[in-house]
Amino acid sequence: MTEHRNSRETQRPQPGEEGRQWLDPPGFYGWLTTVDHKRIGRRYIVTAFLFFACAGLMALTMRLQLARPNGHLVGPDFYNQLFSTHGSIMMFLFAVPVMQAMGVYLVPLQVGARNIAFSRLNAFSYWMFAFGGIMILTVFALNTGPEAGWFSYVPLAGPQYSAGKRQDFWAQMITFTEAASLIVAIELIVTAFKLRAPGMTLNRVPLFVWAQVVTSFMVLFAMPSVMLASSFLMSDRLVSTQFFNPAEGGDALLWQHLFWFFGHPEVYIIFVPALGIISAIIGTFARRPPFGYLALVLSLVVTAFLAFGLWVHHMFATGLPPLGMSFFTAASILIAIPTGVQIFCWIATLATGGRLEIRTPLLFVIGFFFIFIIGGLTGVMLASASLDSQLHDNYFVVAHLHYVLIGGAVFPLFGGVYYWFPKMTGRMLSELAGKWNFWLFFIGFNMTFFPMHILGLDGMTRRIYTYDAASGWGNLNLLATVGAIIIGLSVVVFFANVLVSMRSGARAAPDPWGGKTLEWATQSPPEPCNFPRIPVVESRYPLAEPELAYVTGLPTQFRAMLVTRLHDAAPDHVTADPYPTIWPLLSALATTVFFIGTVFTPWGLVWGPVPVAIALTCWFWPKAKEVEIQRRVEIKPQAARPAPVLRAGATP
Amino acid sequence: MMGRLSNARFRWLAVGCALLAPPGCSSNHAAMNPAGPRARSIAELMLGFVSVSTVVYLIVSAVLVWAIARRRRAGTSDDWLQRGSSEQSNVRSRQVISWATALTVLILLTLALCDYFVMHGLSSRPTDSLRILVTGHQYWWEVEYDDPDPSRRVRTANELHIPVGKPVELVLTSQDVIHSMWMPNLSGKKDLIPGHQNTEVLLADRPGTFSGQCAEFCGLQHAKMRLMVYAEPPKQFAAWKQAQLQDARNPSNDIQRHGLEVFESSTCILCHTIQGTQAAATVAPDLTHLASRTTIAAGALPNTQSNLASWILAPHRFKPGVQMPATQLQPDDLAALAAYLASLK
Repeated sequence: MTEHRNSRETQRPQPGEEGRQWLDPPGFYGWLTTVDHKRIGRRYIVTAFLFFACAGLMALTMRLQLARPNGHLVGPDFYNQLFSTHGSIMMFLFAVPVMQAMGVYLVPLQVGARNIAFSRLNAFSYWMFAFGGIMILTVFALNTGPEAGWFSYVPLAGPQYSAGKRQDFWAQMITFTEAASLIVAIELIVTAFKLRAPGMTLNRVPLFVWAQVVTSFMVLFAMPSVMLASSFLMSDRLVSTQFFNPAEGGDALLWQHLFWFFGHPEVYIIFVPALGIISAIIGTFARRPPFGYLALVLSLVVTAFLAFGLWVHHMFATGLPPLGMSFFTAASILIAIPTGVQIFCWIATLATGGRLEIRTPLLFVIGFFFIFIIGGLTGVMLASASLDSQLHDNYFVVAHLHYVLIGGAVFPLFGGVYYWFPKMTGRMLSELAGKWNFWLFFIGFNMTFFPMHILGLDGMTRRIYTYDAASGWGNLNLLATVGAIIIGLSVVVFFANVLVSMRSGARAAPDPWGGKTLEWATQSPPEPCNFPRIPVVESRYPLAEPELAYVTGLPTQFRAMLVTRLHDAAPDHVTADPYPTIWPLLSALATTVFFIGTVFTPWGLVWGPVPVAIALTCWFWPKAKEVEIQRRVEIKPQAARPAPVLRAGATP
Repeated sequence: MMGRLSNARFRWLAVGCALLAPPGCSSNHAAMNPAGPRARSIAELMLGFVSVSTVVYLIVSAVLVWAIARRRRAGTSDDWLQRGSSEQSNVRSRQVISWATALTVLILLTLALCDYFVMHGLSSRPTDSLRILVTGHQYWWEVEYDDPDPSRRVRTANELHIPVGKPVELVLTSQDVIHSMWMPNLSGKKDLIPGHQNTEVLLADRPGTFSGQCAEFCGLQHAKMRLMVYAEPPKQFAAWKQAQLQDARNPSNDIQRHGLEVFESSTCILCHTIQGTQAAATVAPDLTHLASRTTIAAGALPNTQSNLASWILAPHRFKPGVQMPATQLQPDDLAALAAYLASLK
């Protein structure tokens, strides 16, 4: 850490007028009404990890059932609910939201903004996500959990073959999580495009922010597809439309196309933010800018485009024409190229950097390489239509998908939590517990999932609740179950580490790792307004510069945020961030009643929106006092426009 | 067929398969123990992919370990930006990455081409083939051997008999939800989709008994939706087919006669067919030659007289969620029914 950085810490000015505007109301009411992206982001992450723990326990139950042939721990009905809910929660309520939540917390900090764009909508998004998750866990506890897999293929999930309300709740959970995730995608795009600190041209945007932007665009294009599919399913089940019923001219394959047009990009929606985390951690620990900024950004963009062209590789067994299959094989294999480029760039960064200290964040990233590359290579095998005809829907795929999702996303995520925990809480996580966390996870993971490759080749199909002793699968399954228990222990160590370190961990400096992006210019944890003075960015890694300039002259009568231009981040105008309010919470409650109501009766569609409309009206009702204050500082169009508020103030 | 394969090629495959399949695993349900040219071409491609992947993995891991080990001893000075701007090191990195990327593209292209050719081979349709219609049900397989003469169509369930060396065209569809047929020793998966018709070609080049399994999650008993495949020399196959064409045997003693009466007077007759009796419903498996099959209920139980009795009394005990209802019968009626069914060779 250079000298000037230290001096900034000691001479940090006390929060002035601008800081006071950003304080939340005290107490529980403040907790309910906050629109601070840091509080909401943290809450989002914690909630997603709680869902992760629940879905993990379901996985452990399945592993115990499969530990020996002819297991009797659970019956087929409960087993089907277990794997369906496990997959649904992990995909819809953990992996996607937790990655977006990292963006909610970090993107505004990394671009030098005081809050996320549309901060009230952000609060609404969190509540929708939380209520959707609570709903699905509640119905699972009431023996009404989804039973047709996380993919809910029709006709099995349709009205003829899945009586009761199980699949209706599943479809509504999709609606909840989609609303939440589309909202966050829009906020992140706008934050990254319009709220960047002056001078942060597109060419200087941190790699993590690029990853989040790319992900958000993928969300915008992928989610509507599954929204359409789940709405069709809901209406088939609720009002007897026949979208998927072959007997009435519907088509069972339509579901699969719609679902996988979303479902495959979904995997990259989870994976791309993780790539951003890896770039951030590797740059900091290698003590040099990540090699190949442009190549890394373009790889993310290429990955996103290709991700939309290979959904059919989930459907190779459905009987497609061979030329079509070859096309999708080629597209699926192609996506390995941008991923390869990124891996090569990271290795080059590590090889040419400064002294590497293997702390926990880096350890998880190194673990990522060793696990993910296996998943990537088995992915190439699954991309091959002919190999896929043998591998599809057996345990080889189970192994592959956990290698890419746990190796490719969860390992970097854990690394990211260790890396940014000091920023989020002001305290360091324990290194010792971190090492235990890593090694238990790494060993347990490989013990659980590596044998599944072989089980798949030996004919063990997915989603079976039991198997015969004669199959010979018993020993490898037992090994996998022992591995799963070790993963469970590792996660317990992680949660204990977080709980203990939050109270009594070592105090963290503003920049404990020597990071060079803007979030490390704030206090740990950051003040409510993030940046009492908005920094001016003059390079890709502002904290590597000897001096950091600041914007002066922003109004202090309200929550002023600087809006800058998309490409060159030149200051454009000042906007007002809204104050805390209870209405996003109440609107989310009203929407929850609306969504759950439609599970039971079509009349929910008629009466449900009424309370939602009332809550939204109250939410957007203008407040005379706030408008008055903003009017006072408004620059009238006819007045000569003063020079932009940007003035390079001296560093303190 | 086997003569076409050179010995060396065969040995290579066998060694590779042994590495991928641990001892103890049943070999009649394994992708790496092919019994026909289709599964064999996939297994060979699989070995190719696995070998290339292993080499790539080892190289990348070794470079990564080298990079980390190299920088464990480096200096700690914080000349952050200088490291990124050293022209010489950047040029070298760029060169290495370009070559690595080019090599990646080349390897992937090769793999894609190999897949294309294997795929091409797999999708060719044989001209003179035996047609078998397979219909998926929750949770059993309905099998019908096609023949221009309707009286020569054989109907059975949960097992396939195929002649060695003759291509068999399976015409696949489903009556309820989506199923997928997978007999790993013979071929890859193909889905049975309601409202669609798929075809899959089987070709066994050695006799043997292989097992198949539903591979697309289809509900409560997806786990116990199996089928057996018997690849037989053509003569044996013809004999089997001839036997299957016959009506069911007449009961040969009083107990069996009583069993048939029970069958015809209870709910059995609402779902099952026994050719040559009054039972002609097609909701459930055809029982005309039930005793010639080795398992009950798509692999749920070995086919013995006592298992038949237990199954009729409480099918849910063995296969929870099965569509067949429990049938309450007096003990002697049940015994007679089981005796009759066990006589239907």
